[in-house]
Amino acid sequence: MVLEVRDINTSYGDVQILRDLSLKVEAGEVLCMLGRNGAGKTTALKAIMGLVRPRSGSISLDGVELTAMPAHKVPKQGIAYVPQGRRLFSELSVAENIEIGLMARGKGRDTRDRVLNLFPVLNERMKQRSGTLSGGEQQMLAMARALCLEPKVLLLDEPTEGLMPSMIAAIRDSVTELRAQGVAIILVEQRVDAVLPVADRVAFIENGRTRDTVDVETLHGDLSLVHKYVGVGH
Amino acid sequence: MDFGPYLFLAVLEGTVTAAVLALTALGLSLVFGVMRIVNVAHGEFFMLGAVLAWWFSSMVSGSPAIGFLVAIVMAPLVVGAIAVLCERTVLKRINYDPEATIVATIGILYIIQQLALTFYGADARPVQAPVNFRVVFPWFGYSGYKLVVIAASAVLLLATWFVLTRTRFGLIMRATQFDSETAQAFAIPVDRVYAVVFAIGAMLAATAAVLIVPIQQAHYLMGGDPLLLSFIVVIIGGLGSIFGTVVAAIIIGISDGVISVFFTPTLAKILATLLVALVLVLRPQGLFGKTPR
Ligand SMILES: Nc1ncnc2c1ncn2[C@@H]1O[C@H](COP(=O)(O)OP(=O)(O)O)[C@@H](O)[C@H]1O
Ligand SMILES: [Mg+2]
Repeated sequence: MVLEVRDINTSYGDVQILRDLSLKVEAGEVLCMLGRNGAGKTTALKAIMGLVRPRSGSISLDGVELTAMPAHKVPKQGIAYVPQGRRLFSELSVAENIEIGLMARGKGRDTRDRVLNLFPVLNERMKQRSGTLSGGEQQMLAMARALCLEPKVLLLDEPTEGLMPSMIAAIRDSVTELRAQGVAIILVEQRVDAVLPVADRVAFIENGRTRDTVDVETLHGDLSLVHKYVGVGH
Repeated sequence: MDFGPYLFLAVLEGTVTAAVLALTALGLSLVFGVMRIVNVAHGEFFMLGAVLAWWFSSMVSGSPAIGFLVAIVMAPLVVGAIAVLCERTVLKRINYDPEATIVATIGILYIIQQLALTFYGADARPVQAPVNFRVVFPWFGYSGYKLVVIAASAVLLLATWFVLTRTRFGLIMRATQFDSETAQAFAIPVDRVYAVVFAIGAMLAATAAVLIVPIQQAHYLMGGDPLLLSFIVVIIGGLGSIFGTVVAAIIIGISDGVISVFFTPTLAKILATLLVALVLVLRPQGLFGKTPR
């Protein structure tokens, strides 16, 4: 199983954002996208989800073309998305957010129970309006909602942004767990320390291009690439 | 008549107005809430409902009740189909752009109105009420059909509320309303939801019109007042708030009835418009609207 993004170009209006960007991630693998604010990481994930249309290039999952697929059909292929800033349906209850995740691929009770086992805190909050959860709980709900698709591919956009260290560890553990189950994961982060413990490979994004893709071992002890693409201080 | 019974009569009349207004405004409010567009042609869907009610009921011979039943089923369905046609051929093409939609729906308003004038004519035509009994109060008798209108509206409002809050389709509609992009990432076909919501909005207006047409005749220009009053109600209730829309419809409808009976209908409209101005200045999000996040 492999998700492949080949040479995509996207623009917002006249402004080109992604330039021949390419990525590849396989089952049971965590690919991290590192890059400065505004590099185009979120746009790349939106392109995979069909929410932004590439002008050229192609996106495919196991040979199935996703490039021109209507956005609402992409998740049906088994791709789940945890957007930057969580994007919960904040007026809806926790249970309703979960329900929407389940409906996406017609999953039922079993899936729901399994997902809630991963995030037991949500069990006590089912009736609560999701917008009133704490930041960490919101992130867990965003993860849970995505896992309700039983995805083959999981896209995570800055899941640790603004969270306490204990929460960051919990998110990291669930990523490791999912990888062990054979899920292909693309993890977007801005901070290298959030990435090193979980990544298999790291793609550096700069100005909408993939500048370098390296095995994570390369970065242990040698952060020169990180300094080059993400900046000193990381 | 003494003041007490007179006030009671005025409130009854106002409640009939409120009931029909709540249905019509709910349609406008749903479309605005979910699709974030202002449908200026909403009143024409109301008018079409009334005109088609006359057409269907005049095609059926036999008792007026059967004609009316055919009308109240068929007229909203036809109007819903026309609404879907407008949505697919116009609104979807302009990508639901808010400003373009206002202009486009003004165009649709005139097209529908002129088609009605061409095929239906300029006459006002009545539809017979399906039931013909009087409820006798100690002070006056009152049209039983008007009470039926109130009850039917209440049932439809409850049904809409039930669909919105207790069904899967309602959940899909609310998710689309709050974040259409994320909804798509969860396999919700947003543009199909839009088509259905637009149809439901038009059908609510059409149903309200079928209910009112035995009281107030069908005419090709009858869409203006419901449109204006629906806007007033939606603004006062709070844009996108279904609950607010219904409460505001009750306030506006009943006060319209009372003021019309004791003073003049014009004064009622003046006061309603003044109330809108006050709400816009003092509480722009409406009585029950949420401040934008
Ligand atoms: N909806 C949008 N309209 C116009 N420009 C956008 C939009 N979203 C993002 N951009 C621009 O695209 C560029 C890449 O943004 P983004 O993909 O969010 O970067 P990142 O996630 O790497 O921080 C930025 O310059 C941003 O300003
Ligand atoms: Mg981003």
